[in-house]
Amino acid sequence: MVSPQETFSGAKIKPETPVLDREFLEIRALILQLAAALDRVDRNDKTSNDDLRMERICAGLKVVAERDGAIGDRAAKVQLIFSHPYDAHWRTQFEL
Amino acid sequence: MYYIDPHIHMVSRTTDDYETLAKMGCVALSEPAFWAGFDRGTVHGFRDYFRQLTEIEPRRAASYGIQHYTWLCINAKEAENVQLSRQVIEMIPEFLSATNVLGIGEIGLNKNTKNEATVFLEHVQLAVDHQLPILIHTPHLEDKYQGTRMILDMLRDFTGVIPGKVLVDHTEEHTIEAVLAGGFWAGMTLYPVSKCTPARAVDMIERYGHDRICVNSAGDWGPSRPTAVPDLILEMRRRGYSEFAIKKIVLDNPLEFFQQSPNFRVPPQRIGLAS
Repeated sequence: MVSPQETFSGAKIKPETPVLDREFLEIRALILQLAAALDRVDRNDKTSNDDLRMERICAGLKVVAERDGAIGDRAAKVQLIFSHPYDAHWRTQFEL
Repeated sequence: MYYIDPHIHMVSRTTDDYETLAKMGCVALSEPAFWAGFDRGTVHGFRDYFRQLTEIEPRRAASYGIQHYTWLCINAKEAENVQLSRQVIEMIPEFLSATNVLGIGEIGLNKNTKNEATVFLEHVQLAVDHQLPILIHTPHLEDKYQGTRMILDMLRDFTGVIPGKVLVDHTEEHTIEAVLAGGFWAGMTLYPVSKCTPARAVDMIERYGHDRICVNSAGDWGPSRPTAVPDLILEMRRRGYSEFAIKKIVLDNPLEFFQQSPNFRVPPQRIGLAS
């Protein structure tokens, strides 16, 4: 069975530039933006280490830096780090 | 390239934006009812808003050759007021015969409360009773995952809901898979900071395929880009996709979804689908 990804990749009419070639400078710039933003937080907010948001940022950065086991799935994992959990019994609580 | 923006709030945009959209190839758009930036106090405020959506905006759009469609509801933020919501839901049928009304939307959740869920279910009943498509708003940021799952729970158990007539909007990497797996349409909103970028949207298309997926700008009164769909077109071209493949996402798919509404009437000749 052909996966949706394979089907849609077939819609490309010219060979794609290797993705790392295309994205490298942008990724570099994004990492620098992140590093500079976190430096800014450190310089100006001495209590940030105890902030839950910083914990989430650090957890997200760990996912981003994974080299194995997260192939193509980093964005969804990071989204979940910044999400409230889902409670399957919510309707019981709401009496709906 | 001709395209449709399935979710854009033109009451918040200038006439210059209509001109820009027309120049970019926008042939039709749909405008879900939403929050005005403040909570409206009475049902009369909503009646006036629905007149704007069904009478004024279609004329403004038509002067630039764009067809304007709309979806009606009381949005999730104001749904916390259940009494007012019920008055609005009772009034909506007055407008369902307007020629540009596609269905009920954008209904959904905001902070995932009991009142929001109650009003959501009553909107769904209205849509089912009138056999209309539904456009759904999913919450922002940390509330999105939980809220999207709650919405899918409610839709799955609701008698009369046809998943193919429901578009669940503002999906992102952690919610799109469940939406598509449920047989629903998935919308991706190209919106700064709080939603999705064109590059991430194309990533999700590459992962989940090109069926039952639409992209939109959700341009509104906040920082947003009404020309975000052309941004996605550019991103797809940059990655080497054929014009045929791009057209599938930005024109054919919204056409397929909208054509389930009896009021949708974009002439095929207008967008090159027939000679």
